Amino acid sequence: MGLFNNIFGTKKEERTTSTVDQAHEKTNTSTVMSEKIKFTIDGKQCTADKGTNLVEAAKQNGIYIPILCHFEGIKAAGSCRICNVKINGRYMTACTTDVADGMVIENVNQEIQDLRKIIVETLFVSGNHYCPACEKSGNCELQALGYKYQMLVPRFPYEFEEKKVDADSNKFYIDRNRCVLCKRCVRSLKTKDGKSIFAIKGRGHHAIVNIDHDLANKMTDEEAQEAMDRCPVGSILRKERGYVDPIGSRKFDKEPIGSEIEQNN
Amino acid sequence: MSSHVQSIVEKYGKDASRLMDIFHDLSNEEGCVGCDEIAEIANQLDMSKVDVEQTLSFYHFYSKKNCGKYSIYLNDSIVAEMMGRAEVADAFEKATGTKFGSVSDDGMFGLYNTACIGMNDQEPAAIINGVVFPKITTYRVRELVKNFRSGKTVDEMINSFGGGQNQSRLIRAMVTNNLNRRGAVIFSDYEAGSALDKLSAYRPEQVIEEVKNSNLRGRGGAGFPAGLKWDFCTKSEGDIRYVLCNADEGEPGTFKDRVILTEQPQLLFEGMVIAGYAISAKEGILYLRKEYEYLENHLETVLDEFRKKGWLGNDAAGIEGFNYDIRIQFGAGAYVCGEESALIESCEGKRGEPRNRPPFPVQVGYLNKPTVVNNVETLCSVVKVLMHGSEWYKSLGTKETSGTKLLSISGDVRYPGVFEVEWGITIKEMLEMAGAENPKAVQVGGPSGRLIGENEFERTICYEDLPTGGAMIVFGQDRNILEVVKNFTDFFIEESCGSCAPCRYLTVILRNRLQKIMEGKGIASDIYDLEHWGKQMKNANRCGLGQTAANPILTSIENFRSDYEAKIEKGKDFETKFDLDAAIQESCRAVGRFPQA
Repeated sequence: MGLFNNIFGTKKEERTTSTVDQAHEKTNTSTVMSEKIKFTIDGKQCTADKGTNLVEAAKQNGIYIPILCHFEGIKAAGSCRICNVKINGRYMTACTTDVADGMVIENVNQEIQDLRKIIVETLFVSGNHYCPACEKSGNCELQALGYKYQMLVPRFPYEFEEKKVDADSNKFYIDRNRCVLCKRCVRSLKTKDGKSIFAIKGRGHHAIVNIDHDLANKMTDEEAQEAMDRCPVGSILRKERGYVDPIGSRKFDKEPIGSEIEQNN
Repeated sequence: MSSHVQSIVEKYGKDASRLMDIFHDLSNEEGCVGCDEIAEIANQLDMSKVDVEQTLSFYHFYSKKNCGKYSIYLNDSIVAEMMGRAEVADAFEKATGTKFGSVSDDGMFGLYNTACIGMNDQEPAAIINGVVFPKITTYRVRELVKNFRSGKTVDEMINSFGGGQNQSRLIRAMVTNNLNRRGAVIFSDYEAGSALDKLSAYRPEQVIEEVKNSNLRGRGGAGFPAGLKWDFCTKSEGDIRYVLCNADEGEPGTFKDRVILTEQPQLLFEGMVIAGYAISAKEGILYLRKEYEYLENHLETVLDEFRKKGWLGNDAAGIEGFNYDIRIQFGAGAYVCGEESALIESCEGKRGEPRNRPPFPVQVGYLNKPTVVNNVETLCSVVKVLMHGSEWYKSLGTKETSGTKLLSISGDVRYPGVFEVEWGITIKEMLEMAGAENPKAVQVGGPSGRLIGENEFERTICYEDLPTGGAMIVFGQDRNILEVVKNFTDFFIEESCGSCAPCRYLTVILRNRLQKIMEGKGIASDIYDLEHWGKQMKNANRCGLGQTAANPILTSIENFRSDYEAKIEKGKDFETKFDLDAAIQESCRAVGRFPQA
């Protein structure tokens, strides 16, 4: 019965006992296991250590599964949904799934590509993304995914909703016009004693990233830079320091997103 | 102030997982949880302010700002609309001098739209300072506001008592039960404790075996076999286990649990003790929607009776070593918390965002311990399964769907209310039973279910054919299907937790496209777009809310395509109704020049 396999067939995720969100919770990567398992992605035979996160396992086999909210080393959220793949015929997010022996995974087909493109376009129209003027242009993962999925213009009408910029912190500002609510900052950037610097406020399409300014002001320059680097779009930007890399020499100016993985294929 | 917050935080053991209870107490006393309180809670619990606020801001009934001396939450479900909500809302705005979504200048009245409060059989209804005011008319609005202005309390404005326990000293509510049909399982002869007296004769695994053999399936809508769920839970490793009862019936059109909690809470608590015994749980938690807070004293009193009788506490139900108690945990206005993992998150004092799975709650649930989450009706059914045996239970219903189902029927019917029926009744029979004359459509299972037309009225209510959590909304011939669909889609937009990108915003896009068709500006491809994008919602999202949020659109196009086609421009494949004058209005205002007429 498929149900049993779903419930017990996949390795239990490690969870800590505290009730408050854990800081720097690590995803379960292949640190302990060494048993090799086999699975297929779009018909290609793949192998990985048992218990490897699917995004990582695909990467090891030269296959790119797009991610946006996921960030290596942070507990997966599965919230942007761009890494949706079909596993044994069922939609699941790759970032929240560990590979299991015999998994049949579909990563690239028309329906999945269309879904991913819909998600990218949804994120574009739900914010206000003016790429040419954005400091992150060329380093922006959303923009790179837009190119990847050949988005010429979003199929959805722009809503141009008013979003507030929060510049009250000393080291950086947060431009909510560009925020895609991936929660990378929320999930990973904590104080040394585990307190949240960023958190979500509100719900649904009213949800925004909220900053504890007192805690944010205690961040070092390096931590502020880390916050900016973790942000996949240009929502978190450092103050008093901008446009370090000129246009043309930024990450995705050189190579499309995912190409470094696919080159090894 | 800070010492007061401190005493509340200490009352809950300085435990961040009890944040919802802290908000509950503070909100009931102060009306809101302000910035100072947030800072003090954060200080007391050694967490950051944004963490406190992220939970607070998730829930509809909690607020940072004052919500008025009288906070009026008027239901905006489709049935309320059908029963004249617009006039009532208008009367409230006129009488209080403020608009919905705001507080009057004098701080007296706050007006808020709110999702279905479980009173679809007596709409329009509002909750004012915790008191439910059903069947509101414009006359009543003026009377209420006038009396509130003169200093009357909400309790003083209670002018009738609903039947049954609603008129008991502990409830004193104007809500009526409308229990229109008693059945063989839930609303049948029952003496509290009958199954508990027999419980010590069973080993826990025998209880599970009996429930498994009965084929009882979860009554919340998903229909997962209850015995199997318990079995999985006991097989998961864990030193402690929990039973959570989902009394957060938020599906618009559902109100069956309200009647159970009013008339037979003993049956529910008895079921929770049985479940606790079966899985060797430490504690049971009743997750109760805040809309039903008026039942709190009543329920607490029943729990106290259980403790006095030895059915709860140490050696509960007379079983040595079975130490088990039940507490009530309030929700605060979030439909998504009816999803079991979101409910667990909420019980832990967090935002009610559904978890990724695996692991499942039976493995890693409340406080990361194996947890069973069951619907109110499911737990009640368990009691009768134990009393009369699984074979008796299986003799009710259809071949694959045993027992009875509580249907909450509302809308265009003569007798809205709760009906307990055996599974296997057809929609047509159901409509006849509730007194529906010449209906056009039925929303089966609430917005997340299916909107069906006459072509599906012969279908049978059971898991083999047409499964449902029990919310049945009936629409007469004159009702505008697109208005219905828009109301439901708006509901999903408001209730999305916001975690998954498609549920957060594709819903808004879908609603806007629907709106365009309703305004007569649609073209044929708009219908195709709604279908195409809607189908991807099913694939894209994590939880049941997101996956079904496009169901109203998808099932209405499936069954009422002609209603859409009647609104679009025929033979056009491009938009012709571009209103140039309207489009340039803003720039005209900006420059102060207007085109000559």
